[in-house]
Amino acid sequence: MTFKSLLFPCDAKAEIRNQANAEQPNFFTDLNLDQIVQSVTAGKEQYNLNPFFFHGPVDLRTILYRQQVFRDLENENLIKQVKLFAEKMRQIREQLAGLDKIYYKYQKERLFLDVVENYCSAVVQLFNDFANTSIESEGLNGFTEYLKNYINSDGFISLSEEIQEITAALAIIRYSILIDELKVRVTKFTGEPDYTQEVEKTFAKFKQGEVKNYSLKLPQGNNLNSVEAQVLEGVAQLYPAYFARLDCFFTNNVNFMDDLVVVFDREVQFYISVSDHFKKFQKIGLKFCYPGISTSKSDVFSAEGFDLALANNLLSEDKQVVTNDFNLCGNERIIVITGPNQGGKTTFARTFGQLHFLAGIGCPVPGREARLFLCDRLFTHFERQEDIKNLRGKLLDELVRVHDIIQLATPNSVVIINEVFSSTTLQDQVFLSKKIMEKITGLDLFCVWVTFIDELTSYSEKNVSMVSTVTPENPALRTFKILRQPANGLAYALSVAEKHHLTYSSLKERLALKETISKETTLKS
Amino acid sequence: MNVFLLFKAKNFNLNQELLWNEQFLTQDLELKILFESMALNDNFLAEVVRKVILSNESCDRETILYRQEILNDCLKNPDVVRKIFEYASDALLQEKNNYWGFLRNSPHSVLFRSVEVLEMFVEMLEKLKKLTDQQSANFTSKGFSRFFNMLKTELSDEYFEEIKKHLTALKFRRGVLISARLGKGNKGINYTLRKIPAEKLTWWRYFMRLLKKVFRAKDQGGIVNDSEGNILSYTFFISSRDEGGIRSLGELKDEGINLLANSLAQADDHIHAFFSSLRIELAFYLGCLNLYRTLASLNEPVVFPALVSSQKSAMHFRDLYDICLALTTQKTVIGNDCNVTGKKLIIITGANQGGKSTFLRSIGLAHLMLRCGMFVPASSFKANLYDSIITHFRREEDAGMKSGKLDEELERMDQVVENLGANAMILFNESFGTTNEREGAEIARQIVSALLEYGVTVYYVTHLYEFARIFYKDNRNNSLFLQAGRQMDGMRTFKITEGAPLQTSYGYDLYREVFAEES
Repeated sequence: MTFKSLLFPCDAKAEIRNQANAEQPNFFTDLNLDQIVQSVTAGKEQYNLNPFFFHGPVDLRTILYRQQVFRDLENENLIKQVKLFAEKMRQIREQLAGLDKIYYKYQKERLFLDVVENYCSAVVQLFNDFANTSIESEGLNGFTEYLKNYINSDGFISLSEEIQEITAALAIIRYSILIDELKVRVTKFTGEPDYTQEVEKTFAKFKQGEVKNYSLKLPQGNNLNSVEAQVLEGVAQLYPAYFARLDCFFTNNVNFMDDLVVVFDREVQFYISVSDHFKKFQKIGLKFCYPGISTSKSDVFSAEGFDLALANNLLSEDKQVVTNDFNLCGNERIIVITGPNQGGKTTFARTFGQLHFLAGIGCPVPGREARLFLCDRLFTHFERQEDIKNLRGKLLDELVRVHDIIQLATPNSVVIINEVFSSTTLQDQVFLSKKIMEKITGLDLFCVWVTFIDELTSYSEKNVSMVSTVTPENPALRTFKILRQPANGLAYALSVAEKHHLTYSSLKERLALKETISKETTLKS
Repeated sequence: MNVFLLFKAKNFNLNQELLWNEQFLTQDLELKILFESMALNDNFLAEVVRKVILSNESCDRETILYRQEILNDCLKNPDVVRKIFEYASDALLQEKNNYWGFLRNSPHSVLFRSVEVLEMFVEMLEKLKKLTDQQSANFTSKGFSRFFNMLKTELSDEYFEEIKKHLTALKFRRGVLISARLGKGNKGINYTLRKIPAEKLTWWRYFMRLLKKVFRAKDQGGIVNDSEGNILSYTFFISSRDEGGIRSLGELKDEGINLLANSLAQADDHIHAFFSSLRIELAFYLGCLNLYRTLASLNEPVVFPALVSSQKSAMHFRDLYDICLALTTQKTVIGNDCNVTGKKLIIITGANQGGKSTFLRSIGLAHLMLRCGMFVPASSFKANLYDSIITHFRREEDAGMKSGKLDEELERMDQVVENLGANAMILFNESFGTTNEREGAEIARQIVSALLEYGVTVYYVTHLYEFARIFYKDNRNNSLFLQAGRQMDGMRTFKITEGAPLQTSYGYDLYREVFAEES
């Protein structure tokens, strides 16, 4: 099977490979995956990497295919070689774009020759580099094999040879220009002696010592002025065969770049941009790992994972990133997270979603170790702004959206829910939430639900309760650690109130004191 | 092509260092008068003679003899030498008049100016060659012989032909031929100027050209093929209204002639250096010629000094006179004789205004002139060659009142010692005489003793009888005692002769003269 893509194994179907117009999935903004992709692809707009990120999750074989390539690219040398090639290709594209602005035919064609030469040598260099580096992945090995065949193909060999021959032929050319007033005559060079040397010889006998240098630095551009261009035209007439060959070369090789080489050049940036982005966090001690992919739901966990988008922001502010773990074994399906506000609950939920998505497109994930489920789709339900165009009220809107999710979700989907039904009474909230919980439990899919409704945490044996924690000494201080614990909603609130002397007993005491003081003052007056 | 008329194997550097005590020498020996006499109002001559005479670089015996021979030739052929000098000066002046101005900004203008200057230089060189060819038989010195020979061999007739051919070709009347190769993007590189092959002007070609002119056939652009249809040449024209094109054409030309323009400008500089050297070195001899003429008109003798080869101090001269005195008074002055070998200390005492300072100066001047290869003011002169000549003369009271006179003298003495070498001659004129005689004598005695032990030759004009007496008593073998002469009636003879130091200097005579009293 011949190599077709660095992102998909060679037996993948063509339609799946060529999804060039994938759009950003709905759940991207909720999970802040759009920020992540933006950070990763910053500076690489010319490669248009977004579709690669939008198209997922992919199948297991593809995931493993990609993980192999990521592993190979951990080799510093290999990445250097690839980056070198990428830079050369970038320059080649730049030079080609510049050619459009060149006015004179033979100048343009000669420069074109140089560009193609650069391309050929870059490709050969890449092959030599790859052939001499130890490569394990199916993808890169396949590409190396492809390169070998390409370089040794008749087309490529004759291209290189043609370039050599034309360059050599043009290099031999020596012509003479006779400038007489306004007349310019171009002829072949016929061996006249170097006149400057002759004159120098004549006057050499007067040489006494070192004297000033009167030669002037003449401005050198790369462009031909009008006279030079006409002279070139003349040279072309004097050596019609060589220049005809140059002309032919130009016309015949407009599309000289091999399609798969171009594909490789683009696709490899997917790996490089992710890898480079992750290195930023590895530098400050955060870990990444290749997740195990499970097709059954019996065992899913992550150790020391974190929200990649949040980490990016914290990194630029020099703040610390807190990692969290989760694990779901046996029947466990639904994580219900409760606890104090701003404790990192939503972040945790997002992390769960990000990890599954990134694993699903074959990338390494944040964390020391992970085993994740290969879902077929991700769904999110986060609070939305009231939309005036949307003639439904907020509650109705939410219910419709949740309904859509339930309709489309399968037992292999992953659903992330964040604080729903807030625009109604508590009683209604509890009622509606329980109903949705019933549906989700019925689907047996993985879910993370952030809420303040404690009862949901113990709805069934499929539910797992996790709580965002605070430091015991200072309840106002969040640890951002989410731990597996029973919900303890009120207990928390009470302790905060106690701290501010606002529990019932404390409050009574304080108010009593106030009364005594006011009585005494009235007595005095 | 080197001048080498002051040194056998190198050029004279006009910007060299002068002797450390050149100011003192100039003041004490009245050198300004000498320089003016040599220069005769020519500033350039004045500068050169001053630099040569006061040069810090000592000449060895060989160089002195070399210069004496050349000077002798000059004395025998003054007009020829003056003419050569004139040619050199003219060449440089004409070059200066060919103003650079704004023209330095393109190879084309550099080339144009260089060719003009070169043409002028070549003309001058031809004149020079013609003159020297005619006159070289009359010159016998090694220096001039070498110089003329060099001109003969280097500036042969064939060489001038060669240059003239170049000068014509450099007008590029038939255009500029440049060869090139193709570089990046087929832009021309390695622009090299080529020689347009000489066209044999056959009668046929001449006829065709004439026809073209008559019928005003316009030169068309286009392609010229050979018999097999291969293209031989491709011609096109730039329209005279195409400013950009004309500019581009100029740039292309500039590429070709850049190096050539540089070579020519440098060749100009080299020839300039040649003429400049010639002018400088001849200036010195011209100065000597002027001096010779003046002295001859005063009937004063001059002679080329001989150098004593022994290490011992020797001085043999007849009719040595103070040249500056002669030049100032414009009269013949009294000369002195001397015949002394092996004496390192010469003390001169005697009547005031007796000619002692004059005598001292005449010795100093003679040695200065000897050491740079000139003739000396005497009818015969033979001495050894000193490395340095130092004067320590009495000065005016310090106007700045910074130091007392003794203080000032001692400071100057200190400077002398700092710069002293072993083979030196020091001329003391009434030094340390400003304090009381005892102290002055003691100071002088100590200083002179030390100097003598170091090997310096000392001339001392003094009124310090005590000082003179000590040396007269103890050091007779090494010293010579001279006296300024006085006749019985008090008239001075201005002759310096041998004589023991006397206690009086006959101030009485002068008093009588001034106050006109009976003795």
